[in-house]
Formats: sequence, structure tokens, C-alpha cells
Amino acid sequence: MDPTFNLSAILPEALLLGLACAVLLADLFVGARVRNFSYGFAMAALALVAAVTCGPLTVGAPVEYGFGYMFVSDAMTAVLKLAAIVACALGLVYGQAYARDRDMWRGEFFALALFALLGIMTMISANNLLVIYLGLELQALSFYGLVALRRDDMRASEAAMKYFVLGALASGFLLYGMSMLYGATGTLDINALAHHINGGPPERWELVTGTIFIVAGIGFKLGAAPFHMWVPDVYQGAPTPVALLLASAPKMAAFAIAFRILVEGLPQLAVDWQRMLAVLAVASIAIGNVTAVAQTNLKRMLGFSTVGQMGFLLLALLAGVVGGNTAITAGAYGAAMFYVVTYSLSTAGCFGIILLLAREGFEADQIADLRGLARRSPWYAGVMTLMMLSLAGLPPTVGFFAKFVVLQALVSDGASAGMFELAVLAVLFSLVGAFYYLRVVKVMWFEDAVDSRPLAVSGEMRLALGANGLAVLLLGIVPQGLIGLCNGAVLRALGG
Amino acid sequence: MNPDSALPWLSLSIWLPIAFGVLLLALRGAGASAIRALALLGAVLAALVTLPIVSGFDPGAAGLQFVERFSWIVRPNAHYHLGVDGISLWFVPLTAFTTVIAVLAGWKSIGERLAQYYASFLILSGLMVGVFCAADGLLFYVFFEATLIPMYLIIGVWGGPRRVYAAVKFFLYTLAGSLLMLVALVYLYQAAGGSFEIADWQRLALPMAPQILLFLAFLAAFAVKVPMWPVHTWLPDAHVEAPTAGSVVLAAIMLKLGAYGFVRFSLPIAPDAAHELSGLMIFLSLVAVVYVGFVALVQTDMKKLVAYSSIAHMGFVTLGFFIFSPIGVEGALAQMISHGFVSGAMFLCIGVMYDRTHTRNIADYGGVVNTMPRFAAFMMLFAMANCGLPATSGFVGEFLVILGAVQFDFFIGLIAATTMVLGAAYSLWMYKRVIFGAVANPAVAALQDLDAREFLALSLLAAAVLWMGIHPAPLTDAMHGSVAALLSQVAHSKLIPGSP
Repeated sequence: MDPTFNLSAILPEALLLGLACAVLLADLFVGARVRNFSYGFAMAALALVAAVTCGPLTVGAPVEYGFGYMFVSDAMTAVLKLAAIVACALGLVYGQAYARDRDMWRGEFFALALFALLGIMTMISANNLLVIYLGLELQALSFYGLVALRRDDMRASEAAMKYFVLGALASGFLLYGMSMLYGATGTLDINALAHHINGGPPERWELVTGTIFIVAGIGFKLGAAPFHMWVPDVYQGAPTPVALLLASAPKMAAFAIAFRILVEGLPQLAVDWQRMLAVLAVASIAIGNVTAVAQTNLKRMLGFSTVGQMGFLLLALLAGVVGGNTAITAGAYGAAMFYVVTYSLSTAGCFGIILLLAREGFEADQIADLRGLARRSPWYAGVMTLMMLSLAGLPPTVGFFAKFVVLQALVSDGASAGMFELAVLAVLFSLVGAFYYLRVVKVMWFEDAVDSRPLAVSGEMRLALGANGLAVLLLGIVPQGLIGLCNGAVLRALGG
Repeated sequence: MNPDSALPWLSLSIWLPIAFGVLLLALRGAGASAIRALALLGAVLAALVTLPIVSGFDPGAAGLQFVERFSWIVRPNAHYHLGVDGISLWFVPLTAFTTVIAVLAGWKSIGERLAQYYASFLILSGLMVGVFCAADGLLFYVFFEATLIPMYLIIGVWGGPRRVYAAVKFFLYTLAGSLLMLVALVYLYQAAGGSFEIADWQRLALPMAPQILLFLAFLAAFAVKVPMWPVHTWLPDAHVEAPTAGSVVLAAIMLKLGAYGFVRFSLPIAPDAAHELSGLMIFLSLVAVVYVGFVALVQTDMKKLVAYSSIAHMGFVTLGFFIFSPIGVEGALAQMISHGFVSGAMFLCIGVMYDRTHTRNIADYGGVVNTMPRFAAFMMLFAMANCGLPATSGFVGEFLVILGAVQFDFFIGLIAATTMVLGAAYSLWMYKRVIFGAVANPAVAALQDLDAREFLALSLLAAAVLWMGIHPAPLTDAMHGSVAALLSQVAHSKLIPGSP
């Protein structure tokens, strides 16, 4: 396997690129009446790519590099990519009726979603700062388009504008940080970067400054405070299926680039970025949870909830640093990965329920719109309840184990001083979180319905929402499979 | 697993009711009578599978019995590890039995969302059995927390006018406590070198400072659940708003989860801290017994009165634990079981009247004995048991705890013994105002006596109360071994020599 040009390492991305172009082209030739064809094509493309992505998951599969070590494919990338593909597919399935009602049922919707996924997958597999940036831009540009897909909607246009301006700024930050790293080390390759810093006398000042910009860029992509201002606005303003995609799949990529650049590329600076992440994490958990309490718009509340959730993710990432060494606590990164995967599963379900309730001219994005859902349909109220419990981190849902493994990583043997206090703080704020998640449960179960019309649900949606709810519950009862997968993948990625 | 038991009885006791609950949820469109019948079948079967646990239990052994142990999560290292000892043994059948009563209690009064209602109770029952059987700390926590959700829905969906307030208060109070316990569990996992086995934690040597912190973290979780004064305020609200069956389960079993936590975690894991803080615990317990007893006296709402009396009785339980004598601990455990029967029965009695008149105010009643003589007889028995009359179950626990308290310190015993007076005062005074006297109003005059279903439920409880009061020996015999083992653990300091 020649690392200079190894097609098998980029097979899923290459396939997705071809299929996304094919969807875009094919859609030009099918009329609006057979738009379902494009949808089916996109779903088939996702299924095919998912099947190809599974390759590195087989036991003992080697880590593959392609294009002169610019691209890496291993178990970790496979798990993250699969999660992103699932999130993307859920977005398309859940968004079907919504998109039809709002003149979004067009080829661009599918093509842009697939291109955004391509960007995400590229970031996940990137092993080179420039490739990371390319993936990031592909994803971001596709999302700008997706958010603005409803041209005639004021809110969506405003959200797209905000997202574009702030997103461009964040990309600039990230690029600036990368250029500083390049200036200090003379390489863009992440492994070479780590090697260079490890070997020679490091130009510490430049490296730390560059890291600050990189952390700011990653913070923006994750939606961590104080770089979170776009999150609630964009979630609220974007068409709901796009908000779903935005809330779930890109988080895998943000986790992946944080892992690649910080943990693999800059382990020598771990003590520095650990402190930065700690500030971001505490600010996110506090601001996200407290502000979410005051929201009446469900999408906006989920936006702030995401900010809080990302704080938890950062806690897991920073917990892996012990005395400047990041390699000995693979468990912490496994916890972070498990967290991000389960978070996106739960969040996708929440948006799915909003999409289920939305109909023509009615967004169903107020918390009050869920009133009495348990009377209209106990089944979907149950699914939403599971999602809320999962986001709140309560057993027996998977969200409990996500928070639990993070806490466990924080106070694990040899963790740095101050971690225990962070754990207690995180736990106290999750009580605040429980309050607003619980309010949604309360509204669904304890209040009377204003709108008692029966729900029109397509068979696919029924199936997908059921599977989503069941996954959140069953992974909460027997989480070993996914936890083991994440831990194993991270361990292999760190060369253990 | 015991060599002589062929089936995993503990798992069956946990998962059978949950399976029936899920089945009920899945049956959409089934008729009301079919749902009721299926719920009752599930509850009865779940109660029957707990019987082999009682009959197969070896009272001579101190350790866990009926052990089931499988790997659950590899990293962090947690197990699906179940087992019962003399301390937890009786709570398993008590939970299943109470669920049967709860199913009977809501037979007529619940008209809407029937399947969900019964499913909540059955699932709750399985989860609570899980709490009592868990021998793995993480498994315990998952069951402990999961019980909140069905109870939250039971209060919030089928409760009274202020049900939403009560449900949210219930949930947030108990969650606040248990999140601190979660931190304690994670700490213990690390301290024990990566083990969630409760038995490992109990053997773990710990310096004083962490012991105190652990004790306080567990106290936060269990004190709210028991509830101990001053974090008891959620309980009257929850009881008043919950439907009858919800109150029965809440009082009979859910409060015991907290008290059980003290014996399973606080005492053996942090024995030195327990000794250090026993003064505080005894003080809080006595406040619950005396002050809350007085508060119960002035209540005008029957459910609230019984709720406060529950707090006072649970104060007795915590008092029994923290005087560190076999008599005290066994008395406290007996009190827990007795209170499960008696408080459940009291709430059921109030529910019987409420179903007919839709009021719980003492002032709205009077002379009920004239129209409901059979009911009055039952309620007489339970009111007597509530104030600890000999030959009822209430006497056993209270007597043992007072005996232990007097041995420990005469004045503590003296103050604790006021419960006999206070209990009699609030129970019998309420009974007098509600049951005796002339028929107070037309609503009371129109009352119908018990029907067969109510008669059955109350008879079962009455039999349990009397049986436990007259012949408590098998009950306490099964406890001796485990309680002695517990107390030797508590008496043995865990402090590492040379550390503060």
C-alpha cells in the first residue's frame, strides 16, 4: 500500500463525491413530480457510502494512509463517519414532509447535504492542516447554502447571514492559527508537526499563539462559549431539517479535528490547551444550561443545550491530559467520542419530533407546541421523553452513560489537580439542565393538547423515529458495544 | 446463583413486571377490562416469582444469596451483579406485594390512559426491586435514578390539581441529591482501583476526610429520599397530589430506597464518618420524630397527615441505624417493612373514602362508621398499627428501636419514645374525627361500604400487619446474620494508621 497514492483510504469520500455529483446532475433531468427519485438516490448513496466506510472496522484492519499521509483511515474515522452518515440520513428522512411543504424539496437540498457530509468526512479523515481546512470550507459553504435554502424566509436569511459572517471569521481564525504552526515548524502534516515539536527546541511563543487561534476556531465549530453566539440564532432561524444536520453531523468533525490537531499534533502543548479548554468548557456548561432555562422556542433551547453539551465534550477532551502527557489516558478520548456520537443521536431525535409536528405554515418550534403530545400520540411523546432524558443525562438512557464516562475520565487516576472540582461543577449544572429538559416532558405529558388533530406520519419516519428512540434506550441499558468500539478505536488511533 | 435454585429469580423479579409494563404499552386499543386484567396478572406473577427467594433464603449465611453476575460494561468496569442478603431480602417481596395492592387501588378511580398508568406501576416495581438487589454500585444508581421517571409521570399525569408543581418538585429534589451521590460513586470507583462492586467499596480503607465527604454525598441523596428533616418538604406535596396508588407505592417502597441506601452505602463504606456524624444524624432523626410528629397533629388534610406521619416514622428508622446496635438496626429494618404495610394501608383507606366523596379534608367527614362499618374496622386496625400498638407490625420496629436507643443513651430513648404518644395522638384523633360521631353531612350518609376489590386489598394488608405483629421471628431471624456482619464492619475503623 503506497502511502503516496492509496485510493482505498479515500474510497468512501471518492464514492460520495461521485454520487453527490450524480444526484445533482440527475435531478436536473427529473421533473418536480419525480423528485422522490432524487431522494431515493441520495439515500441509496448514503447507504452505499456507509457500507464502504465499514471497512476499517474489521478486527485487525491496519491504519491506512493516502496521498502522502495527508489522509488517514482507521477505526476511529470509520466510527465517526458512520455516525455522521446516520445523522445525515436521519436529517433527510425526518425532513421529508417539512421540505415538501416549504418548497425545499429540490435537488439542491440533497446535493448540498451530501456535499456537507463529504466535507465532514474529509475533516474526520484529514491528517494534514490544509486538508482539514479544505474539508471545513466544503462543509461550511454547503451549510451556508442549506441554511439559506428558503430564500423568501426572513428568519432563515438572517440566520444564513449570521452564520456566514461568523463562520468566515472562525475559518479565518483557524487558518491563521494553522499558518502560525506552519511558520514555527515548517510542516502541515500532523504527525510531522508532533515529531518536530518533540524533537527540536520549540518556538514556544509562536506555537502557543497559534494554538490559541486554533482553539478559538474549534470552539466556534463546536459552538462552545464564548464562541457560541451563532448557535441559538442559526438553530432557530434555519429550516428545521438543516438545523438537525447542523446540530449533529458537524460535531463529529469538530471532535475529530480537535483530536487530530490538539491531541495528535500538539501533545507537547497539552498543558496550555488544557487550560484553554477548561475555560471554554466551564463557560459553555454554565452559559448553555442557564440560558436554556429562559427559552420558549424549542429550537433555540436546543441550541443553548448544545452549547452546554459541548462543554461536557470539552471536559472529556481536556481530562485526557496528565502532566502534559496525552497518550496514557485514551479512555478520556474514548469517552469524548462516545459522548459526541450519542449526543448527535439524541439531538437528531429531538429535531425529528419537531419535524413530525410541523405542517404547512406551522413550524411547531415553540415548547408550547408540544402541549399534550402524550394524548395525541403516547408513542412519539415517549420517544421525545427518551431524547430529553438522554440529553439531561438520566438513566436508563444512553445520555447517562455519556455523561458518566466523562465524569469518570475527569476524576480518573492521575488526572490533573482541579479536575474533581470541574466534575462537581459539571454535575451541578446538569441539574439546571434537567430542569429545562424536564419542562418539555412536563408540557408533553401533563398539559392538555391545543391541537388534537391526528398526526400524519409517513412509514419511513415512523420507522426511523422508533429506531432512534429504541437506540437511545437500548444503548442506555447495554452500552458496552458502543463504549468498547469508541475506546478501541481511540486506542488504535493513538497507536496503542 | 444458589446451587439449589434453577432459575435466576432475582432477574425474574426485576424484569417480569417490566416486561408486562412494556406489553401494556404496546397493546394499543385494548379494552379497559383487558388492560386491568393483564396488569393484575403481571403484578401477581411478579409477586409469585419473589416467593422462591424468601423460601430459598438461608438465614444462617451473612453474604449475598441468589447471586447473578455478568459483565455489563468492560471499561469502566461494571457488572450486572444481583444478590440479596438479610437486609434486602424482605424488600423484594414487599415491593412486589405493594404493586399488587397498587394495581387494585386504581381499579375504578383511573379512567384515562389506563395502559400507561398500569405500565408505569409495573415498570416502577421492577426498577425498585432492582435497587434492592443491585450489588454493583453503577447498577444501583441506574435503577435508583430510573425509578424517578415513572413516579414523575404517575404524579404529573394522574395526580390532583397541583400535580405539575408536585411532580417537578419531587423530581428536582431527588435528582439534586442523587447527582452528588454519582460523584461519590465515581470517586469510589477510582479509590477501589476500578471496581463498582459494593462489597469492594465496603472493604476499602479510606482516610477521614474523604469518608466525611462521601458520607455527606450519600446523605444528600438518601436524606432527600427518606426524607429527613429539613429536606422533607417535597413529600407532603407529592403525597397530596399523587393518585392513591402512587401514594401507596411512594410511602411503602420509595422512601425505603433512601433508608436502604444508608445501610448499604453510608454505614459500611464510611463507618468512621458515620460515627463522627452520628450526633447530627440522631439529632435530625429526633427532630423528624418530635417536630414532624407535632406538624402531623395539626394537619387538616388526611393525606398530608399520613405523609407527615411517614416522615416521623422514617425518622425512627434513621435513628435506629445510627445508634449502631443490632437491636437498633433490626428494629429500623422491621420498622421499614412495617411502615411499608401500614402507610400503604393508610393511604389506601384515604383513597377508598376519596373515591366516594372526592375530599380529603378531615372536617368533611364524621360518623363514617355508621355507613361503612367494615371499612371502619379495617381503618381502626391500621390506625392502631400506625401508632405502634402491640400485636401489630408497628410495635415490633418501634419497640426495638426504643430499646436500642435507651441502651445507647437514656435521654435519646426518652425523646424517641414520645413517638408512641404523638403517633397515637395524630392517628387516633384523626380516626375519631373521621369515623366516629354523628353522620356529618349527606355525602357521608350516602357512603357505600367496601366492595369486594377494596375488601381484598385491605384484607391482604391487614393480614400482613397482624402476621408481622404477632410472629415477627422469621422476619428478624433472616436479618441476624447480615446485620451482625454489617455492624462488625461499622465497628471496625477503616482509617489507615498514621493518616489524619
